Amino acid sequence: MTPVLEARDLAKTYDTGGAKVFALRGIDLSIESGEFVAITGPSGCGKSTLLNLLAGLDRPTSGQVWLDGERIDQLSETELARLRRRKVGFVFQFFNLMPTLSAAENVELPLLLVGRGRKEARRSASTLMSDLGIGDKQDAAPAQLSGGEQQRVALARALANSPDIVLGDEPTGNLDSVAAREVLTLLRAARDRGQTLLLVTHDARVAAAADRVINLRDGLVSDQTELQPARPVAFPFDGDSG
Amino acid sequence: MRPLFLALLADDSRYGYELKQSLEQEFGEMLPAMNAGQVYSTLARLERDGLVVGRSVEGDSRRKRMYELTEAGQAELSSWIEAPVPGARLKDEFFMKFVVVVAAGLAAPMKLIERQRREYLQSLRDLDAVLADGGKGPTAELMVEGAVLHLKAGLEWLDLIEQRLAVGAESA
Repeated sequence: MTPVLEARDLAKTYDTGGAKVFALRGIDLSIESGEFVAITGPSGCGKSTLLNLLAGLDRPTSGQVWLDGERIDQLSETELARLRRRKVGFVFQFFNLMPTLSAAENVELPLLLVGRGRKEARRSASTLMSDLGIGDKQDAAPAQLSGGEQQRVALARALANSPDIVLGDEPTGNLDSVAAREVLTLLRAARDRGQTLLLVTHDARVAAAADRVINLRDGLVSDQTELQPARPVAFPFDGDSG
Repeated sequence: MRPLFLALLADDSRYGYELKQSLEQEFGEMLPAMNAGQVYSTLARLERDGLVVGRSVEGDSRRKRMYELTEAGQAELSSWIEAPVPGARLKDEFFMKFVVVVAAGLAAPMKLIERQRREYLQSLRDLDAVLADGGKGPTAELMVEGAVLHLKAGLEWLDLIEQRLAVGAESA
């Protein structure tokens, strides 16, 4: 089976006035359809750089990126933008909603951009927002919504075009613990419906929800963990009856 | 377990099986199934130490004993209530294992860290499933939230250990 997203010996070097910074030093990575993968690691390990390269938002110094069987690291900006609109959904730490559009219009936007009709876009957005528990927020401006609600709108927008993969950069990073839990529940639900997810996170709870956790250190994969379905929890008590 | 029994006996005398029921009600699945033997052996030890006294109830054909707190038991309960539980958790099973195994060169330090990280992540997943599932009751949920926070701290600690290890390797 063709992986949805693949990195081959991916490297990125930044030239900061003579001093070379090796952000990524050869990453091999393959995301299969339906997988939920989390990338973790300390700040400066290269995880955000990796996400930008995989999303085609930045270009590698060497190596290749393949999206749905197509090599994308050498495409033009126009081709990349077109590909992203059809195949990739994004969720960001700071939601990145259009402040002048209503919540529903934000969700409709990616549908309109790929040429869907206005009525159809409205219908899809409405259904998606109801599924994510924000059906009553369609006419609200982003600024009127709580952080958790804004991130749900962003998630609805990311899912609108049924993308091959949803990429997330710290999607719970700016939320309180209750809102973070709700967004995580929705991400899990999206995965359960077969959505492929790749999230960069330093939130251990988000990482623990993934099927596979990739740990980066100094621009290299330092560890990979396949997590098993949740095991039953035994609640030990003191145990000491003496 | 002993101070819990004393606390349950503070307001009223009770039968052994009532103590068992109260604990089960309060803590639900947090407690492993307690058998009657454990309950009665705990009560027997408390009685031996003069902290509770058991009396046979007249007219009760089952000849069950009703337990009540003695003055010494009351005093023991009070000092237990007044003393906070220790704050610093310096004892850590993984860290002791890590130090001994690495010092003796019995395993690669990174392998130990990776395995432990996996276990903590998996445990976090297990506990989050309990919370997502609901139905355990507010007390159990609070306990799980506490365990989640400890796991997150454990993961951060593993990162720190790994970092120090890398710095140590560079300066060596």
